[in-house]
Amino acid sequence: MTTTIEPTDLTQPEEPHGPDSHGADHGHDADHGHHAERSGILNWLTSTDHKVIGKSYMITSLVLFFIAGGMALGIRTQLMNPTSSFVNFQTYNELFTMHGSLMLYLFAGPFAFGGLANYIVPLQVGAPDMAYPRLNALSYWLYLGGSLMMTLSFLVAGGAASFGWVAYAPLSSAINSPGAGTDMWLMALGLTGFSAIFTGVNLVATIFYLRAPGLTMFRVPIFSWNMLVTGILILIAFPVLFGAVILLFCDRHFGTHIYTVAGGGVPVLWQHLFWFFGHPEVYILALPYFGMVTDIIPVFSRKPLFGYRGMVFATLTIAALSTGVWAHHMFTTGVVLLPFFSLLSYLIAVPTGIKFFNWIGTMWGGQLSFQTPMLFSMGFLFAFLMGGVTGVLLASPPVDFMTHDTYFVVAHFHQVLIGTTVYAGFAGFYFWYPKMFGRMLDERLGKIHFWLLTIGFWVTFMPQYLVGLKGMPRRIADYLPANGWTSLNVLSTIGAFIIGLSFLFFFANLIIAWRKPVAAGDNPWDAGALEWFASSPPVHHNFTHLPPIRSERPVWDYNHPEHIKIDHHKPAPSQAPTEKETVGAN
Amino acid sequence: MRVDGLFLSIIGVFFGIVGIVYWYTSYEDAGFVMLVGSAGLGLLPGLYYLWWSKRMKPLEGDIEDATMADGAGVIDSFPASSIWPFLLGMAALFTTMTFIFGLWMAPIAIALGVSAIIGGVVESRRGGTI
Amino acid sequence: MSESVNAFTHGSTPTPNGGPQRRRGARLAAGAAITAPLILGGCDFFPSYGASRGVTTQGQDTFKLYSGMMTTGIIIGVLVGLLIVWTMVRYRRRSDEMPRQFHESIPIEILYTAIPVLIVAVLFVFTVIVENRVVATQPVTATQTASGGPIERITVTAFQWGWRFDYPSEDVSVAGEVTNGPGGKGPQLVMPVDTTVQIKLISNDVIHGFYVREFNFSRYAMPGIVNYFDLNPTETGTFDGQCTQICGLYHSLMLFTVKVLPRDQFAQWTSSQHAAGHTISVANGTGTGSSNRQPPNARITPSQPAPAGAN
Repeated sequence: MTTTIEPTDLTQPEEPHGPDSHGADHGHDADHGHHAERSGILNWLTSTDHKVIGKSYMITSLVLFFIAGGMALGIRTQLMNPTSSFVNFQTYNELFTMHGSLMLYLFAGPFAFGGLANYIVPLQVGAPDMAYPRLNALSYWLYLGGSLMMTLSFLVAGGAASFGWVAYAPLSSAINSPGAGTDMWLMALGLTGFSAIFTGVNLVATIFYLRAPGLTMFRVPIFSWNMLVTGILILIAFPVLFGAVILLFCDRHFGTHIYTVAGGGVPVLWQHLFWFFGHPEVYILALPYFGMVTDIIPVFSRKPLFGYRGMVFATLTIAALSTGVWAHHMFTTGVVLLPFFSLLSYLIAVPTGIKFFNWIGTMWGGQLSFQTPMLFSMGFLFAFLMGGVTGVLLASPPVDFMTHDTYFVVAHFHQVLIGTTVYAGFAGFYFWYPKMFGRMLDERLGKIHFWLLTIGFWVTFMPQYLVGLKGMPRRIADYLPANGWTSLNVLSTIGAFIIGLSFLFFFANLIIAWRKPVAAGDNPWDAGALEWFASSPPVHHNFTHLPPIRSERPVWDYNHPEHIKIDHHKPAPSQAPTEKETVGAN
Repeated sequence: MRVDGLFLSIIGVFFGIVGIVYWYTSYEDAGFVMLVGSAGLGLLPGLYYLWWSKRMKPLEGDIEDATMADGAGVIDSFPASSIWPFLLGMAALFTTMTFIFGLWMAPIAIALGVSAIIGGVVESRRGGTI
Repeated sequence: MSESVNAFTHGSTPTPNGGPQRRRGARLAAGAAITAPLILGGCDFFPSYGASRGVTTQGQDTFKLYSGMMTTGIIIGVLVGLLIVWTMVRYRRRSDEMPRQFHESIPIEILYTAIPVLIVAVLFVFTVIVENRVVATQPVTATQTASGGPIERITVTAFQWGWRFDYPSEDVSVAGEVTNGPGGKGPQLVMPVDTTVQIKLISNDVIHGFYVREFNFSRYAMPGIVNYFDLNPTETGTFDGQCTQICGLYHSLMLFTVKVLPRDQFAQWTSSQHAAGHTISVANGTGTGSSNRQPPNARITPSQPAPAGAN
């Protein structure tokens, strides 16, 4: 069956939605009868609805997040005391490899661009679905297949891949890493890589061509802007990864010598290819989460975003620079051009600083309320501040020589990545959960989750900076008591378990929301972007009508017409967006 | 359309410049090739959009004071459901497993892939109907 | 082991006139060269922030850069952090009154674009100055430094899972695998103090990381690529080193120690080692340092698997 969308449908007169409709339970049964006749599992297998796919993506990636988090606890347990034998060396190497792989390839990216963005971006741009719904579904099935393949590689003879998530050649060659586990790891990257490419295509096409009338590029909410840029970065980065992976597979099985010295190949080529993917990947992971925070802070400050254009400019600059800095992961190879990569790496600090001050400027003079999404956003600001400052140090080749592959680097990227994927990611999850499920999450449990996470986070990673400066290399399963690293590692392990504990409150929250639903209403936070105009959860194909779009906060303008004149650098609206206007457009 | 085209073209030009600078400072071929590839990735669609933006009427999404009525008409056909993406995804999964676990998986992969491609094409020709 | 230098090694192998990278860097740094001694001189001025102050001239330069950058970073981080906290406290919601809906302020935005650019530019200049000092190497053919100082050349070979240290001019070779050597910390790299020690770093199999905390320095040992770097030890003592790049099953046990001796003791040590038959030809004959040998199992608890098939 097919549904033809005609925008004349979109402007049926209806009661204006707004803060006064809190608690109203719209849309739970507004199924419009399009796909109600199928049973659950078949419905799931055949659905091309971006909302169903987005939720599937989110659930899958969260499951993988908790599996990888469990691995992290295993790693921390092993490192809690010197000469520990909690796991053996081979298992330890598999654990940290799969922890990194699951977190980076299967959770952090897909949760953002496959999950939240898939769900939210069409709503934010006023589109009925993603531009290519079936490609979107294919993307999810490839992702699910790749995830299963990577996770199940623990079960094959020889165990999972054990060379770190970067798989440096020649350690990943057939001689040094035999076994099907490595092949499954490579093929899983191929599958999930293509899933990412398809989602990237979809995001770019949706944001370019399915924007609602009046939603010009410079009115698109920053989250969607960031997803557009993320989509373009995906299109730049993932094909390179795919190529590198295929070449490595050929080296392993078809007798080529691309990465092996013996046959005239060049091992460092893997690093060039991998990091040309890998550094944009860092921003593919970060930009969506920047976008979430950028959308959340104005809502809880009751103000528009400060410096919208500056934010767009900063996002574009970060993305552009991020593809020119790959070799700052390779400073210690001794074969890359140090000043070039150092300068470009330093320059990334500038747009990131702009973003920071824009966030502060948004809060400045506002009426800040610290509900759970805002609290998580604040946690993000501090975590990212710390990770950003240490990141500037690592842009300097001499300091990189000094700290490369030590726990200093481990602490740095965990602070950045947890700051983005966990703090900002859960900020986004708490923020959009009411829209996705029509229910509120419990504020009290959310706050306990936040504070436990924050305590655990700082207790885990601050000692890691110190232990790194004391000379502890990363990816070691074992150290000597004489190294003097024990007490800091104990502290770090305690912190990791506090982080683990905090997620129990998250689960409790989900269960309570499931058992005792509290209806959310369409716009519980009094937010301004277009997704808050749809019902919660949105009906099939999203909108029954749309407000006029004259700024980047059309729903705010609709609910607070008294502020409409302050929208300066856009043409003044011809009429106030009243119900009459909406009906008149019909 | 114009903004999109400019945006992509600027990305392309940026990578072109960085690529040239990189080549003349390092003579390292892998990075240079990738930067030039990225420049093409920006310039090809960017210039195409710019070319078209001068030759077609602007999209409703690009008009600052468009009303909802301006967007009237059929946007597109959106399939409500389709089984073929699932089968195609499983075909890809079995293809990769063929490389790992042996050729005995190839028939499954081929069967899934062929049926998914045929089914998907037929579905598209009927306008998205299964 | 291969010594072929391929297209990827631009700038890594020292050439008789100092290499293209050095010249380029020197130009970049020319403007700031005058201020460098002011900043880089004086030791007590720099707080350590948990790092080693370095026992080589290169390590000391790196340490000063690290310390200076850390100070800058802490100041900026604390200021921004306080600004966030202040904003959070000052503008917390007190009433339902709607705040003023302002969008932007171009002068302020330009200000906080320009200031980071300036900070970053300053940091970059210092980075280039220190970087040129740290990566500067004596020409491989030189018999003494430009100022007439002695040069000691040591070839460090990394392999799964151990290290081999060759002293070609003294015909001495020391090697050890995962847990043998003094204190169960692997083989010992002995070097003379107040000498330019040029390390030639190679790998027999996969990528390893040569890292000594007190040198504030690490470098990959990579197959197919020869890396040179100079160390000028200024203090005697024994320091722990370790492989930093994951290199397979026993990566954690790939330890070594560095012992910096006075020059006369170093000469005694090399002659005694040579006399004891620890020569390069003997080492090559016994194959010590070849890849894929089974490591001894000293620190592996009984629950660990036997290393058979470990690679």
